[in-house]
Amino acid sequence: MRASRVLLRPVGFAGFGLLAVVLFVAVFGPVLWGDRAAVVETGNLLDGPSAEHWIGTDNLGRDLFSRVLVAARLSIVLALAATAISMVLGIVLGAAPMLVGRRLGRLITAGVNVLVAFPGVLLVLFFAVIFGVGARGAALAVGLAGAPAFARLCHTLVAAVSERDYIAAARIAGVSKIRVLVRHVLPNIAEPLIVNATMAAGGVLLTFAGLSFLGLGVQAPDYDWGKLMQDGLNGIYVHPLAALGPGIAVVLAGLAFNLTGEAFAAAFGIGETSGRVRREAPATADREHAVAAPEPGAVLSVGDLRVTIPGAQNPIRAVRGVTFAVRDGEAVGVVGESGSGKSLTALAVARLIEQPIRVEADHLVFAGEDLMAGGDPESLRKRLGTSLAVVFQDPMTSFNPAHRVGPQLAEVSRFHQGLSRRAAFARAVDRLRAVKIREPERRARQYPFEFSGGMRQRAMIGMGLMGTPRLIIADEPTTALDVTVQRQVLELLAEVRRDTGAALLLISHDVSVVTDVCDRVLVMYAGRIVEELPAADLRTLARHPYTRALVAAVPDMETDLTRPLAVIPGLPVDPAHIPDGCAFAARCPLADDRCRAVEPPLLSSPAGDRVACHKAGQPLPADTVEVTA
Amino acid sequence: MKSPTAAAVPPVAGLWSHRWLRFALRRTGRLLASLWVLVTASFLMIHLVPGDPVRAALGPTAPAELVLAHKEELGLLDPLWQQYGDYLTRLLHGDLGVSITSRLPVGETIAQRLPATAELALAAFLLSMIVAVPVGVVMAVITRHGKGRRTELAFTGTNVVLGAIPDFLFGVGLVYLLAVQTNVFPVAGRDGLDSYVLPVLALAIGPAAVLSRIVRVEMLAVMEADYIRTARAKRLTPLRVHLMHALPNAVTATLTLGGLLLSSLVAGTVLVENVFAWPGLGSSIVSSIVSKDYPLVQGTVLVYGVGVLLINTVVDVALALLDPRSAIGES
Ligand code: SF4
Repeated sequence: MRASRVLLRPVGFAGFGLLAVVLFVAVFGPVLWGDRAAVVETGNLLDGPSAEHWIGTDNLGRDLFSRVLVAARLSIVLALAATAISMVLGIVLGAAPMLVGRRLGRLITAGVNVLVAFPGVLLVLFFAVIFGVGARGAALAVGLAGAPAFARLCHTLVAAVSERDYIAAARIAGVSKIRVLVRHVLPNIAEPLIVNATMAAGGVLLTFAGLSFLGLGVQAPDYDWGKLMQDGLNGIYVHPLAALGPGIAVVLAGLAFNLTGEAFAAAFGIGETSGRVRREAPATADREHAVAAPEPGAVLSVGDLRVTIPGAQNPIRAVRGVTFAVRDGEAVGVVGESGSGKSLTALAVARLIEQPIRVEADHLVFAGEDLMAGGDPESLRKRLGTSLAVVFQDPMTSFNPAHRVGPQLAEVSRFHQGLSRRAAFARAVDRLRAVKIREPERRARQYPFEFSGGMRQRAMIGMGLMGTPRLIIADEPTTALDVTVQRQVLELLAEVRRDTGAALLLISHDVSVVTDVCDRVLVMYAGRIVEELPAADLRTLARHPYTRALVAAVPDMETDLTRPLAVIPGLPVDPAHIPDGCAFAARCPLADDRCRAVEPPLLSSPAGDRVACHKAGQPLPADTVEVTA
Repeated sequence: MKSPTAAAVPPVAGLWSHRWLRFALRRTGRLLASLWVLVTASFLMIHLVPGDPVRAALGPTAPAELVLAHKEELGLLDPLWQQYGDYLTRLLHGDLGVSITSRLPVGETIAQRLPATAELALAAFLLSMIVAVPVGVVMAVITRHGKGRRTELAFTGTNVVLGAIPDFLFGVGLVYLLAVQTNVFPVAGRDGLDSYVLPVLALAIGPAAVLSRIVRVEMLAVMEADYIRTARAKRLTPLRVHLMHALPNAVTATLTLGGLLLSSLVAGTVLVENVFAWPGLGSSIVSSIVSKDYPLVQGTVLVYGVGVLLINTVVDVALALLDPRSAIGES
């Protein structure tokens, strides 16, 4: 299963193919080409490439291509031996802290940490001094030098595995430590260890080549790739391929190990995997409505807005045709549970959604200009930058931690209004004062982390006031804040609207916030508007069962607070699998077969209210609201 | 961090300095412990060599009196503890001993060769940073959200291959291409600015490949942050969003890795110096290992090790200053 998964990836396939070739040559090379590699042709000393000698001959006239092939065995064997030494020693050192006492264990870990800080080459050189020049000494040196890194890895893995319940249980049951280690811990960390060893083997191969190249590894008359390169470097003027040929062999073999290891790692889910969304063909949107014209006199008019997220299997239709308008100076709220598409609607309107999420609409007119139509990006940027303000949900993360607050506000004026750095900063200070931040001069010079959450949200509103906003889009502006601070921020928003005459599009899951602040409310469910009505009527005159459930879930003055809060039964619809018919049917107390088969259209009343329900306004059964215990 | 006051009140100064003090103490402690391990290891090296190191150094034909005299001079006849004490005392006075082969003070030889190595490592480090950061940023931008799949594949592929080629091989390849074939740069030695080009390139290519990959990944992560959306909501140009808002936040991790690269670059010089006959520490350590000139090896290993430890410390401190949480957070 897993092996096939590895082979299916192009990288894994290449890695395995290469590794198979390398191992074949290592095993059979000396048998197949050994004789040829030893033939001394005194007539062909240091020859260039020819039909007979593909990469020429060395200073004794021996065929270099055969020698490169023959050298594979020694190079690979030495690399594997050194890797094995590293691994065994690493496992012993890494697992030791679990076996020996706590104090000795700490000492070992500390020692390993000190050694890991030194680059491998230095450790290799150190051990090379002790073990002396030569193939055996070099293998020991490289092996020992690689041990600390393995020890650290092993230690981390062991520590993670030891936390698991069954291991703790085995320990408590009195199973000996060694037995726990051998029977339970090691089998669980074998996979990542082997993957790492495979990749390490590639690195060791290169290190070994380097060592032999320096003359500290394999000694004549034996030869590995590094030794061949060393011999070749002296003649690089006459005969460059003598050095480059074995070099290419080293790189190919190293890559074979690396790629194989990486393919295994990816297949086993170790380390980074590149989860990527597949691109989808455009989804055919269901467009049951006639194309609506932009509403005249509205600062914002949205017609059949659709937002689609390409997914692994099905594209997710997060917003499925939303039409609404915000008149000048008006405050419109959008409520709904998370996943209803309300935030994506806000972001789409603000033109802040990026690839690969797709936004489509019949029209999206802001301040008389259709944002879907394109046009000159420079002037559009200027216009939006000064007349459309956006306030985001989480003030803690919405300011750039690397810059001071004042300049972050000032940026707007510098870029869109051509103010000098200083004038822009002065305006930023003034705007901070306008949003009631005390000591604005000092605050403007501080970093965001020195601001409280409420202060940051006010500063964010201040950022929107750097221009002259005609519309403020606020996406859950108070959700991340404390109740008292929520109030202040909402009051500030109301005040700003009074002063500037800006309209407001307020996204919230909180019905009471929306009723307090807004003139009109849009209720969204599963990517569609299911009801639209004046905010004042929300509590009493809502006709959609979902809206009524939302309202009922809000505690008011009469709610008995000693009882648990009411919630809407059932779960929100998974936007990836929206059922036929009414999306709310599964949770609706009034649902019948028609609801489940036919999606109710969004119908307008003469007063301008809209509702999408086959049974709009019908009385709900008495015990509709489930009370959770 | 929901509490409005938690972040509003600047952290108490005393508490901070207390934490900084703890960080400084801990970091110094680690440095000293590592130094001790290093010094002890370099002392033990000569004793761990199987057989008689002086005999090995002077060869089998050297007269017994000469071997004995050398041993006497190296203090090898004293008890081990006394030797250790002497070694530490001499180190504290900056005395690294005398080379067996050249009879010159080891400190002098090292002082002569150290600048060449340091220059090489530093130049290569700077070059790899200068190349990797823009490349990583650009690759992040053009391959974001599954765009430019081919470019991404080509980039990753190139990086994997370049990362798999050891620096000394780059050296050999560069010598062949730019010195032997086209005669643009000198093959070896350290003489004039153009002699730096090939060794620095050989050292920098691999790290640049690794680093640009990291920069790309970091940039991709940062580009998803809320404050980048805020920057876009301000309708700044994409260029400004990337350079002024994303890049500064991607630098921290890059620097951490850059520091690690610098210390491995120092080690990488050993091989590259030997390719280019560069008159630095790398050439001398290899020849002294081969000729078994133990005092010289000891001294050179010590200097390399101290260099690496200092680099690691500087990187840690720089990081702590850039991102105080990294210093305070670790326990
Ligand atoms: S259409 Fe039917 S299921 Fe949907 S909300 Fe109305 S009554 Fe409930």
